[in-house]
Amino acid sequence: MAAVTALSETPATSAGRPRGMQARRRRRLNAFRYVVFTVLGLFFILPLLALLRFSLEGDKLGTWSATAWRQIASYQNTGIPPLLSAIEITLELAIITCVVTLALLVPTMIWVRLRVRWLDRTIEFLCLLPLTIPAIVLVVGLGPIYNKIQHFSLSSLMLFWIYVILALPYAYRALAAALNAIDVTTLSEAARSLGASWFTVIVRVIAPNMRQGILNAVLLTWATVLGEFTIAYLLLYTNLQVELYSISRNTPNAGVLFSTSFAALLFAFVLLLILSYAGRARRGRG
Amino acid sequence: MVALDRLDLTLEPGQLVALLGPSGCGKTTTLRLLAGLEDADDGRVIVAGRDITHVPANKRDMGMVFQAYSLFPHMTVRQNVAFGLRLRRVGAAERDQRAIDMLELVGLAEQASRYPHQLSGGQQQRVALARALAIEPQVLLLDEPLSALDAKVRAQLRDEIRRIQLEVGITTLFVTHDQEEALAIADRVGVMRAGHLEQLASPTEVYSRPATSFVAEFVGLTNRLVGEVRAGQLTVRGRVLPLVERETPDGQVVALVRPEAVTLASHDAPESGPLVGTVIAVTFLGATSRVTVDLGDTTVLAQLTTADATALPAGSRVALTIRPDPVLVSASSDPAVPMAEDEA
Repeated sequence: MAAVTALSETPATSAGRPRGMQARRRRRLNAFRYVVFTVLGLFFILPLLALLRFSLEGDKLGTWSATAWRQIASYQNTGIPPLLSAIEITLELAIITCVVTLALLVPTMIWVRLRVRWLDRTIEFLCLLPLTIPAIVLVVGLGPIYNKIQHFSLSSLMLFWIYVILALPYAYRALAAALNAIDVTTLSEAARSLGASWFTVIVRVIAPNMRQGILNAVLLTWATVLGEFTIAYLLLYTNLQVELYSISRNTPNAGVLFSTSFAALLFAFVLLLILSYAGRARRGRG
Repeated sequence: MVALDRLDLTLEPGQLVALLGPSGCGKTTTLRLLAGLEDADDGRVIVAGRDITHVPANKRDMGMVFQAYSLFPHMTVRQNVAFGLRLRRVGAAERDQRAIDMLELVGLAEQASRYPHQLSGGQQQRVALARALAIEPQVLLLDEPLSALDAKVRAQLRDEIRRIQLEVGITTLFVTHDQEEALAIADRVGVMRAGHLEQLASPTEVYSRPATSFVAEFVGLTNRLVGEVRAGQLTVRGRVLPLVERETPDGQVVALVRPEAVTLASHDAPESGPLVGTVIAVTFLGATSRVTVDLGDTTVLAQLTTADATALPAGSRVALTIRPDPVLVSASSDPAVPMAEDEA
């Protein structure tokens, strides 16, 4: 009996020790997580808070004022267009780029997946290629074309051609992930057997099931356009970023530069929230 | 590689034909050819006298239920069922009514506003069936629709498919690798092997009068016992049995004997014989049990009622009797069908 007791106690003691060690390890891990989270959080949030603070700086140092925010709408730089026009052009560019990128990629990717699977790798390679080409090389390559465009005095919206190329890798990855998540072949065959044409299969069956991927592609394309400065500047077009740079070099009132930058950032953040929410709502329902 | 070789399959109106065969035998390819999802290099597909060989899948007027869950995830059950009707420009009211009628037929009218992910696997396949039937197709094609379901749901849905098929009276081709499924619901069963049809007959005929040794071995369990044919008579382990094919040439053969043709009795006497052996395993199957007997040089399966099998525990000595049913034989060099394919 004593032997039985000894045997039954041993595992309990040894089991208790790992539990204690595990708890200590978990506590240490949690502490490490909090420290990392806090440091990284501060790293990101402090410059943003500084940006916000500078945008609210009054005439005298240390005072508060919303003048810089009010000036966004009325600010007129020495050149044309004014800041509001630059914002408008950038937003239009973002919308056009999103539409063209999706119109180009969604049907192509679905078609390749359904009918010419052997082209999948080639399409992927072509779409990811812009990641490996520096902006300056693109500018040099596309320079002559844009010289022609400028010759016809076409607006900055013409930048969308190059922005579509820039957005391709990100949009492609987002859409490819969405396509991989659904059984494209079975869904399309089911739709075909019910009488759907290929167009109907793509538009009414496959694309709606790629909703999350399409939203992600929109977000990434939008972010690419909102963040692009080099190409627009080198090709002598004016978008929001170029305008902000111009303000920073010429204006006596830097406050409007900070308020506009912060507004652009806030806008992107709100958009991100909306897209995330839309995606979550979809997952919750379907 | 030839997927289908000289396949000639005719479906009678209103019949349910099951295509049965091992993996890779071409049964799904046959179904996909009929649906227009694959193109044939040669041959023709004719439905009600009309050659539809080159008609695209969306214009063939065939309903299909797939092995994988194929409901459109972004649509409700009702929208899924009404999808084909919408493409046919059926008015909204009639479309909704027909969708509900079809859902009632499969017993899922109450789930009409749910999304596919809110349904079980069995329910999803029933909706897929309702969706395929809603367009009132000329032919219903079922591509292993039950293979992703668990055994109980599978049996229920199998019976339900048969009930609905009889109720609607639709010509149906059902592809399966499960012989029990095929024998249970089909009017005719086609057994396929390596791209061609070995036999197309009623389930009873396929089981009791298989056309080839492959069919005999593939459909149901079969004992392979070495025997000898002399002057149209088969002798297996000292017992004379009638042959299915009386013209079988003389020589050594493998007799294909069904487990239910083997009966067992206790054998307490010390002497042994060619049909005396030892029980090595008893597998309980419910009403019946499968008894494995070691005859020394081979093992034999016998299918007995569970009451009879209980009296013969493992280790007991038994004497075998083979019922004098006509026996099909194969050349002794023919390979056996893999056991995995034999399992019902």
